Amino acid sequence: MMNCKQATRMLSDAQERPLTLKERSTLKLHLMMCSGCRNFGDQMQSLRGFARDYSHKPGDGDPSE
Amino acid sequence: MPDMPQQPDSPSTDPSGNLNDNEFLAGLRSQMLKFALLQLGDQHEAEDAVQEALAGALKNADAFARRAALKTWVFAILKHKIADSLRQKQKFANVSPLLRDDQDEAAEDALRFDDKGRWHRSERPNRWQQPEQTVEDSHFWRTFDACLNGLPEKQARLFMMREFIELSSNEICHNEAISQSNLHVILYRARLRLRDCLDSRWFNKEPAS
Repeated sequence: MMNCKQATRMLSDAQERPLTLKERSTLKLHLMMCSGCRNFGDQMQSLRGFARDYSHKPGDGDPSE
Repeated sequence: MPDMPQQPDSPSTDPSGNLNDNEFLAGLRSQMLKFALLQLGDQHEAEDAVQEALAGALKNADAFARRAALKTWVFAILKHKIADSLRQKQKFANVSPLLRDDQDEAAEDALRFDDKGRWHRSERPNRWQQPEQTVEDSHFWRTFDACLNGLPEKQARLFMMREFIELSSNEICHNEAISQSNLHVILYRARLRLRDCLDSRWFNKEPAS
């Protein structure tokens, strides 16, 4: 049985490498039961999005601010 | 200074005015330099990369009517300069003392998870409201910067190398002379911390009493 600590690691690793079939199925099972880890998974996507948007951040001293 | 009168700015109808506005340029330059230094770890190389990126952008300054667009463009050039520098040099960063890291990590994990590896009730992640809209808010980016700066240097550097510069895992491992599994652990630690920080300082911030 996968716990939250392991699930969070899996969710991070999923952004780096394809998970194995077994990893995917145990993770999926865990996420079905755990809203905290589901949110954590969404937030991993958000972090990636933020980092990619880093240079788009509103400029310092932008007159429109 | 919330009540500063609106300063008359450089004529915004002049597209090239952006790069003639010294204050704007100085701010942009220092932001780029901070970033390049984080990535390259060498003042001289960082300054070179920033200088080249700015020079490249100047050539095309006419194309940018808006500062936001200019900034995106300059950072895109800077990304490439940094990626080139990183690819060129075989960087053998000294390996940090693992024992200390391990202890810190175990202590950190104990704050998040119980002894069965489940979230402590108070630490269980709550949903973030409208993360895609928050990127329009300059205050958010200040928080993001603060959170990034709060990470151990190596975590911050590798995280941005992977997510902003978008180097592949393989390239990073090669440049840094670390194994894939080592990189995955470092990225995991960075993400945990960054998530914690953004959560407590932005998305699920306790209302100030």
